[in-house]
Amino acid sequence: MRGNRRSLRHLSQNSTNSDVGPPTHQRVRSAGSPSCIIQTLWAKKPIKKMTAQEVRLCGLLLQEHFGEVVERIGTHLLRGGAQNLRTIANETNTPLDLVKKSLCVLVQHGVCDFGSGRRGPGSPVEYRGNCERVLRILRYPRYIYTAKTLYGDTGELIVEEVLQRGHMTMSNTVKTVADRLTHNMEEGRSMEYSEVVSSFSKLVETHFLQRCPPVAETATAAPSATPATHRTPASVTPPTAESNPDCYKLPPVTLTGRGKRRRSSDDGEEPGGVKKAKMDSESCGDEGIYWQVNFERFHQHFRDQAIISAVASKLDQTSSEIVRTMLRMSEVTTTPTAAYTQPLSANEIFRSLPPNYSISRPILDQYLSLLVDDPMEFVGKSGDSGGGMYVVNLHRALANLARATLESVVQERFGSRSARIFRLLLRKRHLEQKQVEDFAMIPAKEAKDMLYTLLSENLVQLQEIPKTPDHAPSRTFYLYTVNQLPTARLLLQHCYKTVANLIERRLFETKENKRLLEKSQRIEAILASLQASGAEPEQLTEVEEMITAPERQQLEALRHHINKLDSTENQVDETIFLLESYIISTKSK
Amino acid sequence: MAGRGRGRGRGQMTFNLEDVGIGRGDSLPPTTFKPSPLFPAMSVQPVPLQTGEEVEYMLALKQELRAATKNLPFYIRRAANKRDVDRYSDKYQSGEPKDSTIEWSPDWSRLPKELCIKVRKPQGKKPIPQVKRLKKPLVGKEEILMKLETLEKKEEAVNSEEEEDDEKKKTNQEEEQAEEEDYEEDFEEDTDYIMSYFDNGEEFGGDSDENMDEATY
Repeated sequence: MRGNRRSLRHLSQNSTNSDVGPPTHQRVRSAGSPSCIIQTLWAKKPIKKMTAQEVRLCGLLLQEHFGEVVERIGTHLLRGGAQNLRTIANETNTPLDLVKKSLCVLVQHGVCDFGSGRRGPGSPVEYRGNCERVLRILRYPRYIYTAKTLYGDTGELIVEEVLQRGHMTMSNTVKTVADRLTHNMEEGRSMEYSEVVSSFSKLVETHFLQRCPPVAETATAAPSATPATHRTPASVTPPTAESNPDCYKLPPVTLTGRGKRRRSSDDGEEPGGVKKAKMDSESCGDEGIYWQVNFERFHQHFRDQAIISAVASKLDQTSSEIVRTMLRMSEVTTTPTAAYTQPLSANEIFRSLPPNYSISRPILDQYLSLLVDDPMEFVGKSGDSGGGMYVVNLHRALANLARATLESVVQERFGSRSARIFRLLLRKRHLEQKQVEDFAMIPAKEAKDMLYTLLSENLVQLQEIPKTPDHAPSRTFYLYTVNQLPTARLLLQHCYKTVANLIERRLFETKENKRLLEKSQRIEAILASLQASGAEPEQLTEVEEMITAPERQQLEALRHHINKLDSTENQVDETIFLLESYIISTKSK
Repeated sequence: MAGRGRGRGRGQMTFNLEDVGIGRGDSLPPTTFKPSPLFPAMSVQPVPLQTGEEVEYMLALKQELRAATKNLPFYIRRAANKRDVDRYSDKYQSGEPKDSTIEWSPDWSRLPKELCIKVRKPQGKKPIPQVKRLKKPLVGKEEILMKLETLEKKEEAVNSEEEEDDEKKKTNQEEEQAEEEDYEEDFEEDTDYIMSYFDNGEEFGGDSDENMDEATY
């Protein structure tokens, strides 16, 4: 099959259309306009190589959220790189309109990107999948919960709506959220739009929500609509959200109104029915300005939380409060990929400490010096002016957190003595077998056994150092070593595989008990309708007894299993986040 | 001389076994003849899951999100396969959309032109045709079918309204289909039969067609 022969590295070798024009690079030289160059360079942008585990997990996530059709199209895009519409339809054997629908869904949610093809602006539009974006779906509950802790129920619902819909206009979001909140409130009360708007603006101010990046001109259906200011001829890459200067600017619209409660008597009979129709048809003035969730900002927040809790568990609560203050002060001044926060003087820290943590100035200095001297190196001293300039070492903190994760994994899987060997090798880099036995204080036979187990799991590597040029085995040093970065990558792939297995197991369990689940759903529906129409208790018990006791037990066990599997997915995702952040931080160096 | 020592003790290897750590007289684990089992027995039990309010809230969120996405228009189901004969129950058991409309209206200015498809309005109102698909063979098909229609009209004495509706449904584009569907739905709502209790009746009595020789009691 064509797909198998395709290599991800050499995009230019993929000639999918029979009407092959002149090679791309010639076209670029002859083309004059800057947007044309941008388009061809988009197609040449190197794609992140996808591992089999990532593709499998992405496929399962797409299937759960968008159905099988989208899953098929999505995995095809992720595996095959940039392709145009016809290729996708032919290679996946899907009817064209289903492909179009799926691509609309994928673009709506930011999973798929499009740009004009490799052969310049004349060639058909090409689509490319974005694996990372699909993996974020796993983290949606965490984002929503964070929004709840920071901005209450309103913030939670706003983030939930924007995540579920991919991207939305502000007016749409406000209306939907107000309606939802009104629905949960008591009779007679409804939610003001202004409250929702204020929550929305807070989310935008703190950069948790951002505007969607403007779309490249030539490929879209309405080329005349995009204003000239959005074209950036100097930039080589397609516009990201951050490149737009208005990224965090709220649209100048005022929304007034209250949420509508949807009554059980159906639509068309609502007293506000006419008004509702009018509200929908009038445009609120912010057409075309779509908002999406800024995942990077959420990740920054999670990272800060991880560092603070690490400090709290290693030192004490007060130190963690100091670190929290430092991180809060540097939120806006530090870029997401920075290795250190901006230097903060001890005076500033003292002034910005929360009022309920009133510690005296000398105590603060002592805490800061303790933090600096700690072997974990969370905080570093970068100067002496202003009472001492301190920075938080972000990349080092992430590396330490990743290292702790690796050590904990080895400990839980292989025992504490293997973990001791692992930690030893991490610290001492290269050791011979004899030295491992001596330093770890473990008898030779057991140490050998443990080393070989770790070696077979690829957590430990062997390094040969020949004494003679002919690499004779009797005259070669064999050293055991652990490299943190490759091991972290290995563990990350294990995590992806784990989550994929969990999802598959959950689907299997659901499928096994499908009959029982359907029966219980039907009975619940019958019960609900009976209760709504006011039935007698005997009828209700009669209906309830339609599920026998062993069936009830089975249902209970099933629910318990599914809850466990779901909860495990959430927990593994926390590990995934830590390892991913660490790996990304090493790349940006 | 070649192969000396084979079968007695361990074979010769290119490197010194003692350096790697397998000393003299040590017994190696037995060789395996099949792949490792699919679910190997675990020597250590995994650490129990975290519990707490936060964990449970996120669990509930996850399950709600999963259930909610099934009802959003983004969940695309493949259209059900057409069976050989149109069944009467098909009118009552519609569910999946059989045509190629899209249930939500994306911002077409942010999507490439080629992805434009018609948007289906939720209440069965006339959908706004955004793209007139020029299908030449279908026009020819339409003509032929119109001819057949007129011929049928000539043959039959009485034409029921429903027959016309059925034919028009097959020949025309979706523009009129929604109208006709509306019309038909109004027509059928006056039946005495409760739609949810409709049983196809196909599965029943399937086996009794065989063995017609035996007498039934």
